[in-house]
Amino acid sequence: MELYALPAHALRQMLDRGEISSVELTKSLIERIEAVDGAIGSYLAIRVEEALKEAEEADRRIREQRDVGPLTGIPVSLKDNICTEGTRTTCASRMLENFVPPYDATVVARLKAQGAPILGKLNMDEFAMGSSTETSAFKLTRNPWNLERVPGGSSGGPAAAVAAGATVMALGSDTGGSIRQPAALCGVVGMKPTYGLVSRFGLVAFASSLDQIGPMTKDVKDAALLLSAIAAHDPLDSTSIPGDRADFLAELDRGVEGLVIGLPVEMLGEGVAPEVREAVNAAVGVLEGLGARVEEVSLPHVRYALAAYAVIATAEASSNLGRFDGVRYGFRSREDADVVTMFETTRAQGFGAEVKRRIMLGTYALSAGYYDAYYLKALKVRTLIRRDFEKAFERCHLLVTPTSPTVAFRFGEKADNPVAMYQSDRLTVPANLAGIPAISVPCGVSQDGLPIGLQFMAPALAEPVLFRAAAAYEAAAGWASMRPPLEVK
Amino acid sequence: MYEVIIGLEIHAELLTDSKIWCGCSTRFGADANTQVCPICLGLPGTLPVLNERALELAVKAGLALGCEINRFSKFDRKNYFYPDLPKAYQISQYDLPLCRNGAVEFEANGEIRRVRINRVHLEEEAGKSVHSGDNIMGSEYSLIDYNRGGVPLIEIVTEPDLRSPEEARLFMEKLRTILLYAGVSDCRMEEGSLRVDANISLRPFGETELRERAEVKNLNSFRALQRALEYEVRRQSAILDAGQRVEQDTRHWNDQKGVTISMRSKEDAEDYRYFPDPDLVPVVLTEEQIETWRRELPELPDQKAARFISQYGLPAYDARVLTSSKAMADFFEAAVERFGEPKTVSNWVMVEVQRLVNEAGIEFDALPIGPGDLAGLLELVKRGTISNNVGKEVLEEMFKTGKSAADIVKERGLEQISDTGELEAIVEQVIAENPGPVQDVRDGKEKAIGFLVGQVMKLTKGKANPKMVNELLRQKLTGGA
Ligand SMILES: [Zn+2]
Repeated sequence: MELYALPAHALRQMLDRGEISSVELTKSLIERIEAVDGAIGSYLAIRVEEALKEAEEADRRIREQRDVGPLTGIPVSLKDNICTEGTRTTCASRMLENFVPPYDATVVARLKAQGAPILGKLNMDEFAMGSSTETSAFKLTRNPWNLERVPGGSSGGPAAAVAAGATVMALGSDTGGSIRQPAALCGVVGMKPTYGLVSRFGLVAFASSLDQIGPMTKDVKDAALLLSAIAAHDPLDSTSIPGDRADFLAELDRGVEGLVIGLPVEMLGEGVAPEVREAVNAAVGVLEGLGARVEEVSLPHVRYALAAYAVIATAEASSNLGRFDGVRYGFRSREDADVVTMFETTRAQGFGAEVKRRIMLGTYALSAGYYDAYYLKALKVRTLIRRDFEKAFERCHLLVTPTSPTVAFRFGEKADNPVAMYQSDRLTVPANLAGIPAISVPCGVSQDGLPIGLQFMAPALAEPVLFRAAAAYEAAAGWASMRPPLEVK
Repeated sequence: MYEVIIGLEIHAELLTDSKIWCGCSTRFGADANTQVCPICLGLPGTLPVLNERALELAVKAGLALGCEINRFSKFDRKNYFYPDLPKAYQISQYDLPLCRNGAVEFEANGEIRRVRINRVHLEEEAGKSVHSGDNIMGSEYSLIDYNRGGVPLIEIVTEPDLRSPEEARLFMEKLRTILLYAGVSDCRMEEGSLRVDANISLRPFGETELRERAEVKNLNSFRALQRALEYEVRRQSAILDAGQRVEQDTRHWNDQKGVTISMRSKEDAEDYRYFPDPDLVPVVLTEEQIETWRRELPELPDQKAARFISQYGLPAYDARVLTSSKAMADFFEAAVERFGEPKTVSNWVMVEVQRLVNEAGIEFDALPIGPGDLAGLLELVKRGTISNNVGKEVLEEMFKTGKSAADIVKERGLEQISDTGELEAIVEQVIAENPGPVQDVRDGKEKAIGFLVGQVMKLTKGKANPKMVNELLRQKLTGGA
């Protein structure tokens, strides 16, 4: 099999046995990017020279058997809202088109310390606001399974790159499903950790109380490996959970025997495409066959999740994005006759339509006279949803749902209908509001040949059992080996 | 005549070495934008982490101002756009401040006045703007120094308990003393580490409702505070006299012209869209932590004054004046320890030393002489080596040159002439040269003896021991002491 098609844990063995070098691996990936990314459009920047230099250093470490970790020599790509020292970090926005951070995000520093070459920066919806990567100011990213379809979003670049073999693994960010939904639409694994498990330092904020960085990989084991590399308490992030992290790989092979898996009735009905529902039902059958007990559960307040999310996420975003005013860095409008004009035109010209829409929504929700009716009420709903989950987890170890209500849609299909677009996140948003971990794994292909994703959710900090169930399902169902039928130039 | 109602909002920078959310230095006076980092510049992706020392000092400030400390408080974002505010929001505290319900007592016109403190909360400083013109909108360009951005700050809000511009100034002097004692801020108005805004309204005596108020800003000294408020009393009185209502607004004090100018009306007031900062976790304080900090607080001015009265037997007035500055109180105590005689030391410190400090335009803690130096001087006076009046001159010389009292007295030959033989000769001379006054004394006109003493002092250039001169004259003229 070609190197680009292999997961990191397989490449690890080859590197350790000296069958390949990190430089060879990195070069083969750069070739792969050159071959397929013209059609896919997943990269905004490729760090050719830097990545090769980092690969050389990794090879030296492997040769000398010095500080070799699971990811030493394994190239990783990053969503372009994760800050990289010396490499542009644009958030796919005109506003940050030329922004070169003078610091690495904590996750990047951790990857570099392990000796993982950073291959490049990946496309996304502008400031992570979108579900199709269509709001990127720079380019469209196409779904490797069907170039007429979106890759999902906002981490569409990472999902497409992993699916197309244009990287080994990638980091995305998930505020309301931005890792899991594109993973489902591109047929890869995407995981959102417990809030506070992974440092947010260096992740350009969208909605601070919801954002988490997480792995996007070819299989579940890789997701656990990549999460192990980035998860740690970070003194630079006040919301980082203190203490040591669990061993995410420990339970991977334990199977689902004895696990009680809940099936939330509210997340399978209305709005879920029939073939998605069928694939999920089939997956439930597989889990039962493996020895799990599957029970229906109810999350009564989940029907308000999207509304609460819309208020909380936009409110936080309206404040987080205030700093893009043209004064210190990034885009500045030439219409700067006075400071107010400069602020206004900079923001009018620097942000795209969806970002502006959300800033306005959030500003409204926090305004005097509306705060109680919107923001405060949304916080109350969030608490109720959290309690729904706590109650469900008294009975079940895990919950299982579809990741996305539909398979990948066509470009433009929802671009003019924001409310329809927001519905894409309907099933992923609740985990962000509750702060719990969730993972999407492939669970089938639609009649049109498009991947379908299965979502597992677990209680806070129960990542080991989440990976355990996802790995057991993946091994039994066999979808992990499915690759898009990409024609290579 | 109207009743004057004043409330103050005070900002004081906390005396931490590093900023509130990052490790940058807080040193004043560095070159522009040399004490900054990605965090205090609000670069994308950076996050704040609370400086524990800032929290400690804010709580100590609250304790020193008699506040209750909230066990649970949180940080909120105050959103507004301004170039010197790098995140476009200030991290502050909105509905759950660290400290609430305090009080400060101070003296005004011989009466003890009490001002309630509504709240003390912790927040961050913005950067500093320098405009090419008068203000940002009228400038060709503006320059921003972010060194100050992120310096920890407390905001102290009083209830509207002050009743005159003078009271406002006296309260601020007391507040400043308390904060200096507590060691939470250096309170330098000229460096901007202490700032005050005033809310002032007037109402007819007997009315209980508050009327429309003006918020006065740009008060760069306590004098400016009092003058601006006096101006507002005149302005608002004239409006009320004319049967009109004052318009609620924010006003800028122009110190040169001595007037306040309206900056914006109530209708233009900004909506700051406060909401809890999701990048920070709530502050939860334990009883033990608060008690530890309470114990660490030094003796505060009111406590010290009470002790001075009981321990040194000083009059209340002396105790209050001496404790109005921690440096002065410390100086007094150290001098008493060496010399004794608290009331004598108190008189010298309050009058002579304070006069020199005032004339030099310095703070008491910059005094070039130490308490041991004063004790040395007082010892010479006590022993009669020099007179009280010469002592004052010597003190001035000590202040200027830094020399000890003994050295100055020796160098300038200021020792009193206490040698009986030497003095006798001079007294004889004066008696011989002034037959008229001598006769007066002999006739029982006591007053004339003063003239003769003065003549002796003149001839000895003030060095004669006046007590001995007096005795000698009486001996020689009336045959008795
Ligand atoms: Zn800093």
